[in-house]
Amino acid sequence: MQLGLVHFLILSAMLFSLGLYAVLTRRNAVAILMGIELMLNAANINLVAFNKYVAPDALNGQIFALVVITLAACEAGVGLALVMSAYRNLETVHVDEINVMKW
Amino acid sequence: MGQLAAFIILSAITLVATVVVVGSGNIVRSALSLVPAFLGITGIYILLQAEFVAGIQVLIYAGAITVLILFVIMLTEHGTGVRFRQVNEQVPLGMIAAGALGAFLIATFLTTPWPMATGSLPPYTASQIGTTFMTNMILVFEVTSLVLLVALIGAIVIARRER
Repeated sequence: MQLGLVHFLILSAMLFSLGLYAVLTRRNAVAILMGIELMLNAANINLVAFNKYVAPDALNGQIFALVVITLAACEAGVGLALVMSAYRNLETVHVDEINVMKW
Repeated sequence: MGQLAAFIILSAITLVATVVVVGSGNIVRSALSLVPAFLGITGIYILLQAEFVAGIQVLIYAGAITVLILFVIMLTEHGTGVRFRQVNEQVPLGMIAAGALGAFLIATFLTTPWPMATGSLPPYTASQIGTTFMTNMILVFEVTSLVLLVALIGAIVIARRER
């Protein structure tokens, strides 16, 4: 059995599902951010795999993956700053206790 | 054949580490398990002949983002946070949603005919990535750097202590 595109796609689908599970069930905002990072990694695996197997003439998939990594770093920085700010003002990082905007 | 074996080993490392990230009750253990997960994904990139993306993955994900997450955990949860309940009451619902999405995605991937190309990637991709970033993708490059600057300033402003 030869290593093909479908193997990478299945791995990324599993990673994405696990990240989604973390986002849906975790209470801690930092753990939710970790789930988002896992989902972005799954998307990156898809991009690089499609670049190799479907469109190997140009490197657009790898370039897109690099842009996604940069934006993930931005998202982690801003998200963790928001977590710090919420902890300072509300003294919790659990998202089910942060409900000051709930009417 | 050797490639398939390497893929199976790397994806086993990645998935086991990811399950620990998702399921561990100790949040520091979750954050530290991100490192083997990201390093396994780095190996996957190397299998896909994306050596530059693999290097960036090690630098940014396994290095920077994990350290940032660990710092925020240390600053917020009084250490490990093991005294707190880590999951909400949506665990069965989340399992159903994630399992259904995963099964749907895998079924779709297995049945869709992908248009396979016969060409091959250049033997060393980093120089071509740099050239493309500086010619065709210059707008993407500049806008990404602008977003990075805005995120930097925004993170400083949000996390700064009010006086």
